[in-house]
Amino acid sequence: MFRNQYDTDVTTWSPAGRLFQVEYAMEAVKQGSAAIGLRSKTHAVLACVNKANSELSSHQRKIFKVDDHIGVAIAGLTADGRVLSRYMRSECINYGYTYEAPLPVGRLVVQLADKAQVCTQRSWKRPYGVGLLVAGLDESGAHLYYNCPSGNYFEYQAFAIGSRSQAAKTYLERKFESFPGSSRDDLIKDALFAIRETLQGEKLTSSVCTVAVVGVGEAFNILDQATVQALINEFEISGEEAPATASVAEEGAGDAAADQGGAAAEEEVAPMDI
Amino acid sequence: MPSEQKLGSAIVDTVFANMVSSQNESSLLSSEGDSQRTQYPYVTGTSVIGIKYKDGILMAADMGGSYGSTIRYKSVERLKQVGKHSLIGASGEISDFQEILRYLDELILHDSMWDDGNSLGPKEVHNYLTRVLYNRRNKFDPLWNSLVLGGVKNGQKYLGSVSMIGVHFEDDHVATGFGNHLARPILREEWREDLTFEEGVKLLEKCMRNLLYRDRSAVNKLQIAKITEEGLTISQPYSLKTFWNFAAFKNPTVGAEGSW
Repeated sequence: MFRNQYDTDVTTWSPAGRLFQVEYAMEAVKQGSAAIGLRSKTHAVLACVNKANSELSSHQRKIFKVDDHIGVAIAGLTADGRVLSRYMRSECINYGYTYEAPLPVGRLVVQLADKAQVCTQRSWKRPYGVGLLVAGLDESGAHLYYNCPSGNYFEYQAFAIGSRSQAAKTYLERKFESFPGSSRDDLIKDALFAIRETLQGEKLTSSVCTVAVVGVGEAFNILDQATVQALINEFEISGEEAPATASVAEEGAGDAAADQGGAAAEEEVAPMDI
Repeated sequence: MPSEQKLGSAIVDTVFANMVSSQNESSLLSSEGDSQRTQYPYVTGTSVIGIKYKDGILMAADMGGSYGSTIRYKSVERLKQVGKHSLIGASGEISDFQEILRYLDELILHDSMWDDGNSLGPKEVHNYLTRVLYNRRNKFDPLWNSLVLGGVKNGQKYLGSVSMIGVHFEDDHVATGFGNHLARPILREEWREDLTFEEGVKLLEKCMRNLLYRDRSAVNKLQIAKITEEGLTISQPYSLKTFWNFAAFKNPTVGAEGSW
């Protein structure tokens, strides 16, 4: 994308029917550090790469708890992300106050999308430069949504945003069919593997990533560093391969089964040594 | 009861006389542009009783609308459906109940318009009503009702009540007005978790009969509503059998000649 005469403000269409400012906002998301999300029927996991600017500083918060049943991971302009998180928290609290019930994720996401859309149609505003992965629970189970600066939103089984997210997406595309039946722990392991993909060879430790879970019977919480490190150690010690899940082994589906050497590994059994 | 209200309004008038007299200025007690606040009710419904039973909720209310001490209207439906999962019964000012029904209609409409598989259950509706009533009370312009809200959603039974000042609670059996004094004691003795539909109706009829004998604003024409996971039914109006053949009624002045 290069500069052109139609990209000065968000209310100018290009002759090809594009709003360049909105597209530039989506670029900002691609420049942010990676965030990934995945879900099963009962749990949703968010994970993100947290790089501190220097050894002296702390790293940026990219995962926010919105309510007991909803959390969000952001990529892009984290300041915009913080503001939108505050909006989401406010909506959840107000709904809970009026109805004494949790705000359904699907509705929150639509409100968020409508809020983003407004900024694409006012000449005195700019689009939010942040992509949000919203993970939450409602009556029908666990959900994962992606909210775009354009005001679009989509529901996903698994998704990755931010820089080098394509590597994570490739990994997730291989594994996603097994996710609905995955256990909570396998879901977290898959999230860590996906994050590792985005690091392109850099060592995965709990100091560069953050993981959060929400599920039936489990309020949204960010796992502490020690727990994450323990999980990382577990799969790094026993080998490079991603854990097999029962449904994958039964279906014998695609690459995943081949990686395990056709091992009929159940969820309780540790990943096989090669 | 009318005398209590007159006393109440007399107090209101004297204490806030200063504010009321300067009507052009906005005062603490009135919001912009309003010229009337509910001070006392005009056409009222009497008790509503609700109980949980094995399959859901049963609610009973008579069909009377009193105008002070006159029983003016005898076909007022005080039990209404709210959305897919809830049932509301109202006592108190009938016009305020109609207003509440309009609020609920809008609430349910907007909820359905999301079209996303989620729907407001009885707990949510009860809390919404609590908020509405409490906020109106804080503006000194109450909706003069006591409401019973019951329903079943995803197998969970819910029964609650909320008053005109926003006092709200949930219980296995609730009642409004005189029902609290005449029906709840019966329910405390005889209510059980596993009442069948027939037993529940009998229990409600026992309470309603007691109210019919003792509550001056009760009329002998009632409806019973049932809500379960499957849905809601409100019965056709019917009457209870009563017994007046007591010796004391035949010769009421036997012990006190000249009285009536």
